[in-house]
Amino acid sequence: MRFFRLLLHLYPASFRSEYEDELAEVFARRLRDASWWGSRLGVALDAFVDTVSNAAAVHCDILWQDVRFAMRVLVRAPGFTSTAIVVSALGIGASTAAFTVTDHVLIRPLPFRDPARLVKVWEDQSPNGPPELEPSPANYRDWKRTNHTFDELAAYSGLAANIRGNGEPERLEGALVTAGLFPMLGVRPAFGRIFSEEDDRPEAPATLLLSTGLWKRRFGADPGILGRKVILDDLPYVVIGVMREDLHFPYRGTQFWVPARFNEAAYADRSDNYLNVIGRLRPGMSIAQSQSEMQVVARQLEQTYPKENLHLKIAVESMRDDVSKKSRMLLMAMLGAAFCVLLIACANLANLLLARALSRRKELAVRTALGVGRERMVRQLLTESCILAFAGGSLGVLLAFSALPLLARLVPNGLPIAEVPAVDLRVLGFAAGIALLTGIGFGVLPSLRACGSVDFAGLREGSRGGVGGRKERLRTALVTAEVAGSVVLLVSAGLLIRALWHIETTDPGFRAAGVLTMRTVLPVPKYASGARRNQFYSQVLAEAKALPGVSGAAYASFLPIVFGGGIWHVTAEGGPPENVTPRDTSLRFITPGYFAAMGIPLRLGRDVAESDQPESNKVAVVSESFVRRYWPGQNPIGRHFSIANAVREVVAVAGDVKVRGLERFSEPQVYLPYRQRPDNALAFYAPNELVVRSTADPSVLVSPLRQIIGKADPEQPISAVRTLSEIVEMDTASRAVQVRVLGAFAAIAFLLAGIGLYGLLSYAVFSRSQEFGVRMALGAQRRRIVAMVVRDGARLALAGVIPGVCLAYVAARSMSALLADVNPADGATFASAVTLCLVMTLAGSLLPAVRAVRLDPTRVMRSE
Amino acid sequence: MTKSDLPDPASLLPLPEATFHILLAVSDADRHGYAIIQDVAVRTGGQLKLSAGTLYRSIARMMEQGLILETRERPAPDQDDERRRYYRITPYGREVAQAEVRRLAQLLDLAQASGFVTGRA
Repeated sequence: MRFFRLLLHLYPASFRSEYEDELAEVFARRLRDASWWGSRLGVALDAFVDTVSNAAAVHCDILWQDVRFAMRVLVRAPGFTSTAIVVSALGIGASTAAFTVTDHVLIRPLPFRDPARLVKVWEDQSPNGPPELEPSPANYRDWKRTNHTFDELAAYSGLAANIRGNGEPERLEGALVTAGLFPMLGVRPAFGRIFSEEDDRPEAPATLLLSTGLWKRRFGADPGILGRKVILDDLPYVVIGVMREDLHFPYRGTQFWVPARFNEAAYADRSDNYLNVIGRLRPGMSIAQSQSEMQVVARQLEQTYPKENLHLKIAVESMRDDVSKKSRMLLMAMLGAAFCVLLIACANLANLLLARALSRRKELAVRTALGVGRERMVRQLLTESCILAFAGGSLGVLLAFSALPLLARLVPNGLPIAEVPAVDLRVLGFAAGIALLTGIGFGVLPSLRACGSVDFAGLREGSRGGVGGRKERLRTALVTAEVAGSVVLLVSAGLLIRALWHIETTDPGFRAAGVLTMRTVLPVPKYASGARRNQFYSQVLAEAKALPGVSGAAYASFLPIVFGGGIWHVTAEGGPPENVTPRDTSLRFITPGYFAAMGIPLRLGRDVAESDQPESNKVAVVSESFVRRYWPGQNPIGRHFSIANAVREVVAVAGDVKVRGLERFSEPQVYLPYRQRPDNALAFYAPNELVVRSTADPSVLVSPLRQIIGKADPEQPISAVRTLSEIVEMDTASRAVQVRVLGAFAAIAFLLAGIGLYGLLSYAVFSRSQEFGVRMALGAQRRRIVAMVVRDGARLALAGVIPGVCLAYVAARSMSALLADVNPADGATFASAVTLCLVMTLAGSLLPAVRAVRLDPTRVMRSE
Repeated sequence: MTKSDLPDPASLLPLPEATFHILLAVSDADRHGYAIIQDVAVRTGGQLKLSAGTLYRSIARMMEQGLILETRERPAPDQDDERRRYYRITPYGREVAQAEVRRLAQLLDLAQASGFVTGRA
């Protein structure tokens, strides 16, 4: 019998209290009627099944009743209902949006076969060089041959090529991949086949895989594309397959793949580091184990090839973790801010529900008097809060999804994932979970509080109900927490805005305004000879300079910020010993007039000139930081250093340029005259970037420049057309988005805290209206009443601001890596946030205060 | 619940089997829970044995719908057990039961017209 009584606890308490005795009586009778132990066991089993199934059904019946009742109640209070829905929509929407992007970038498994075992393998040159450097083909081959760590090892490298035929010539982004790569990733083509080991042989016919996008756009989705010849960089390739639309490997925007073919020449140069290597760990092998095993391989290579592999280590990291620290921090800061908004919204919702429950005290007392139990009423109120949270959640999910295109700009380019996160069951499940937590977690306390003290006093005529100290304290604590949370978000957003300003005001080293840039990659073998190439440059530059408004034009190997590489070691005559000074410098070949076109100041000496011919004296322009590093305090003009396989004489000193972007350390720069680049070497450094400075709007130059280039070579594609200002803006784009997102979160939090404060003070004025009436009747001045209300508000705000400031400092310290030299304890930002909160308090308390002094004392007292 | 608050009997049709049998069981006399179970079992020749859970869940819903009510009238003290609660059909409950009977009869007529049923038992 005790078993059955226990089992009855599966029923809702209200049902149990009503029918427990009768259910027990029926069970006892059946037990008595059972003649032997076997049939008694049958009765017990029957009772168990019956109770479990019916208890679930009764819970559903009650839920359905409660939902219908709650809908009726909520529709009757549209003001409260819509406020609560908007409040929860803001909190759930913010956290869903932040989760969707963070999950997409940092958590969700990559879209490949068994992604947990995929790792990236790097050369680790720290502490003397970068901790993650691409290996050379020769080192890659040796890793592949000698390791016992990976099931498979494959490599790829980014690539760009000019395509012609089938429309305008065009520059395409692609990748060269080893044959084992796609099978290792478990990637299949949409149709056709992927590369085989045969395609990797240097003498095999050149083969090509197209992206679905390129196949549709350039070839009109031609179903007979397989076997067709396509001309890339003047060489014919045979299309063997089209890859699926959802393949974004190695990064978004990759439009074609060609096999990586390493000949003996490629294997000969161990310092030609450009391969990205991906491995599949053997089953059961951890990353730490693989890393330590690969050090054995590194030591072998060091012994065999000490020159290029001295002190070399090998780094292994999960492919999933190949996200820059900055991207990770930006996302984590956004997620943290979103949860802060969620908590503030929840506190606000709890406060609204509490106020509402108190205003329904009479209704609850009537229901108690009619015999409705406390559990039943708590359940009813919880159903209401869950309905509000789910309605808010649905609206929030819509808000989140409409914000995704903006938030997608926080998704780093270099990941093999789509730009805009997918909206799927995982995301919807998260939103539903958050809504449920919000509804139950923040509805349960108000419900318990409201139902805990329901008594018949609530039925008395004129009873205000619930002005009691405990409820006031809970509501006060909630509003205080909201103010504290909004201070944290205001300070965080403020610091990030200051960091953005700081970065935006960083001098990039050139004058970006009025400069148009475009890329014309001259294909080899067509442009293998220097003479042909120089003829192209001369014609294009001469005609560009003749355009109206153009004040300068030049070609260079790479644009700053767009490409931070091109790193060479230098050996400077008369400079400090090599082992104490870093030797890395950033190298570019330029045409005369580059410094003027870019607005880079020449501090000393002369520009490179057409007279700097291959056979004449090898000259170089160096940056100021180059001089500071190798010849500090000395005149560098006429001094010599060796770079790019030759000794060069310094003829000028230029201002420093932030070649790696505004936020990163940039190596000193070296500029060499374009005519001194040997025809058969340094092909990577061939000048491809055209820069044109104009006194007018540079965008109007696009069309005439296209004509000029088309005249010089009708088959020459043009790509990456943009102004220099756009390039600088692009460098801070993810930050700007971050600031906008965090700013929006801070504004929402601020608004919510304001609503909470206003609501609490309004309620306090309402519940003290009798007291105010008496005070005024006794001659109290209205000014003093206003002061009382505002003082209450100020006290609330201060109680929130003080812990808020402390928490904000902790938050600021934890994201100091994002603050770009802005002090985490920046006084101006903290002062602004606190001032804003105090202004909000004043604004929030003024309306209730005005309402208090407008009370008519006689009417108030009569109504009591 | 006043009569005007009650929904149209047709809106409750078709009735769940347990509900219909409980209405039949209390249609001629007030009965307590166990008596209803027994009455249904006898009436259906043992074909339908209501479980306690199904019975009281149905009773709770039927009281909510206004089909039955709990009566304060008790039998003679020597036949009474104070833990027992007695249920009585309401006029509305009777209306609903009659509406269900009409529905079933119409169904049967339809089935007969279609040749599914050869004659009444």
